[in-house]
Amino acid sequence: MSDTHAQSVAFVRDTMLPEQPPPASEAGVIKWMRENLFKGWFNSILTIVSVYFIFKIVTGAFPWFANGIWTTNSLAECREILDGATGACFSVLTERWNQLLFGFTYPPEAYWRPTLAFFMLIVAIAPVLYPKAPRQLLIFTGIYPFLAYWLIWGGTLLAPLMVLVGLIAGYFAFKQFERQSFAMGMLAGIVAAIVVIWAGGVIPASMPDVLALQAIQSRDLGGFMLNMILGTVCVSLSLPLGIMLALGRQSSMPIIKWICVIFIEFIRGVPLITLLFVANVVLAYFFPPGSNIDLVLRVIIMITMFSAAYIAEVIRGGLAALPRGQYEAADSLGLDYAQSMRLIILPQALKISIPGIVNVAVGLFKDTTLVSVISMFDLVGMIRGPILASTEWNGVYWELWGFAVFLFFIVCFSISKYSQWLERQLATDHR
Amino acid sequence: MSTISDPPSGSFQLSMLINDTRYRSYTFQFIALILLILAFAYLGYNLLANLQAAGLNISYKFLGEPAGYDINQTLIPYTSQSTHWQASLVGVLNTLLVAFLGCIMATIIGVVVGVLRLSNNWLVRQLMSIYVEIFRNVPVLIWILIIMAVFIAVLPQPRDFRGDDAEASMVLGMFAFTGRGFYLPAPVFGAGSGVVVAVFLASIAGIFAFRNYAKKALYERGQLIPTFWPSLAIFFIPSIIAYFILGRPISLEYPELKGFNFQGGIFMRNSLIALWFALSIYTAAFIAENVRAGILAVSKGQTEAAASLGLRPGRIMNLVVLPQALRVIIPPLISQYLNLTKNSSLAIAVGYMDLTGTLGGITLNQTGRAIEAIFLLMLFYLAISLGISAIMNVYNNAVKLKER
Repeated sequence: MSDTHAQSVAFVRDTMLPEQPPPASEAGVIKWMRENLFKGWFNSILTIVSVYFIFKIVTGAFPWFANGIWTTNSLAECREILDGATGACFSVLTERWNQLLFGFTYPPEAYWRPTLAFFMLIVAIAPVLYPKAPRQLLIFTGIYPFLAYWLIWGGTLLAPLMVLVGLIAGYFAFKQFERQSFAMGMLAGIVAAIVVIWAGGVIPASMPDVLALQAIQSRDLGGFMLNMILGTVCVSLSLPLGIMLALGRQSSMPIIKWICVIFIEFIRGVPLITLLFVANVVLAYFFPPGSNIDLVLRVIIMITMFSAAYIAEVIRGGLAALPRGQYEAADSLGLDYAQSMRLIILPQALKISIPGIVNVAVGLFKDTTLVSVISMFDLVGMIRGPILASTEWNGVYWELWGFAVFLFFIVCFSISKYSQWLERQLATDHR
Repeated sequence: MSTISDPPSGSFQLSMLINDTRYRSYTFQFIALILLILAFAYLGYNLLANLQAAGLNISYKFLGEPAGYDINQTLIPYTSQSTHWQASLVGVLNTLLVAFLGCIMATIIGVVVGVLRLSNNWLVRQLMSIYVEIFRNVPVLIWILIIMAVFIAVLPQPRDFRGDDAEASMVLGMFAFTGRGFYLPAPVFGAGSGVVVAVFLASIAGIFAFRNYAKKALYERGQLIPTFWPSLAIFFIPSIIAYFILGRPISLEYPELKGFNFQGGIFMRNSLIALWFALSIYTAAFIAENVRAGILAVSKGQTEAAASLGLRPGRIMNLVVLPQALRVIIPPLISQYLNLTKNSSLAIAVGYMDLTGTLGGITLNQTGRAIEAIFLLMLFYLAISLGISAIMNVYNNAVKLKER
């Protein structure tokens, strides 16, 4: 101890004071509440209003949920059991469960088929969505569309199998001629696929009962299954179409560019519902006389065109965001147009456009409910039509619409969360 | 001096159409054009053949024939004896009405929610993000139908207003909210009301002139003129003075219960209101995200720089943050307006007679003129969206960063 200050200072502390806990208002929960809930009079009012609001909703909804009745056969029975008390009649969901999911004309003994197709869909899209999944699963992804078609629509397995064989033949033809030029390869591939499919068409036609499931008409599809089918089919078909449209719009060839511009702007300028009207009443006029293309296929055509136009715009944004140097680097390596697009431009452009594409996909999935307006019985169509109009369940709004909201929310919310996750995974730029 | 080697001169050979980049694009375009013409010819041929088989032709004469159906919500005089053309016109106006109302309400809700999502208040932030996520992730058609169902189920019917101990009563004696629709007081314009309206319009023009003057004074002379209270005064005082001097020429006609229904006033049908609310709160969820992104896009350094210059928070918002945020917010905002307008075609699900309900619905079904009706329908929506896109391009060019 030095005694330098022994005369001037009466006391010098030579040890640290023990640490004091912070004041109660500056620590823990109270501090958090002060900063996050009651900072200023305006925030306090907002907090109190919000708490009141939450309280009202919880006290209103909780007894309704808790008293829910799950086992009656009609609204009258349910009301009788409730006897004036607040409570939900969830029994409409249990009683009409199959109708809500599969529609009301899909044969009940075949419910396992779309269910199986749905679970296989999860396996099939896993390698696409999740980069760490085993790559061998991609083979299953390739087979899946044909398998799913066979499961949902039934008929002989040979028909989708023939299409698959045709596409494989087309792929080998493409590989054979790709050396010469991409365009030649494409042409050869398409010709080979068409020839094989056309020639092989006699096989399923002559043996309609080999490996056959009970055939189901498109008009018998319904419920949430129809939304899922339209959503997945149209998104997967519109991706390649959208890429082609985006590339066409970027093209330096004026005729091709203007065809794409007019197509995209026209589709984006009209509401989907008018396009569905076209599918419903006008499109049939444009098919050869006597041909009978069913409504689901017509709707798939129109929705695919619709989402392709939107995806094309998203991808165009991705293409425009690439630095000019990437295009020039590809040129200077001596790659031709197809090679530079496939190997350099598109992988980067698509990566940039993933969030936008997912947005379009979510929007499209939500828009599949519009088919109920042209009297197809998807989930919304089922609720509005056969269920709410039935004598048993006339007047059950909250439970049914709540169920619809729940289903769509689960699907769309998880897709958008997935896209945020993927964005973080793919962020490989230098920071 | 750089030398550019000439392209190999020589006679033109047929293989150059494929192998020479100078000619290849012509080849491709030619092929594309041929394919396009063939496709159109094929579709046109099918169309003609199908029309002939059905004994139909393409004609727009049906627009001049009497429609023969009633429309329950009209902005212009219309009876069932009016023509299909007038019915379509009613539909157009109804579409524009709900789009206009929806855009205003969606903007208000969207801006409030977007700002609240950035608030310091944790609870409010969470509530607002729940709102945005729920509404963004569920189809708008479901929201329209839910609000319509709730509307009918929760609000009283007009008959509940009858009697001495009625179950429901009118709000302030002026507004009646029933499950059938809202009854609002209607303004009745008496003699001299034109002057009041003119004064009102002139005072709005006056506000703009005053604000311009204040801005000029600030930029040129550095003179700060308060704008808020004077604007408010210009807005109200002249009109009110004119209103009383001219002996109150504008009065309100209140809806009154007569028999089983209300008479008088303005009637907004439940379908209009359900559609309006649903479209607004659905689109507001998207607008809120745009607003939030726009505000976040202005870097914190801008706010801090403005604060270090000694600006007060209100002025920082007005002069520094908002002008920059608006440049980010407005383009997606306008495309949301466009989406709302296009989504208003879902009116057909609740029976509101917009253009899709009249021209694309009843007229189409009555006359069977599917191709013509849907063509006109698409043309209308296309005109609206191209028009709005054109306005947006003008705006984008106006606010584009002037890079030097």
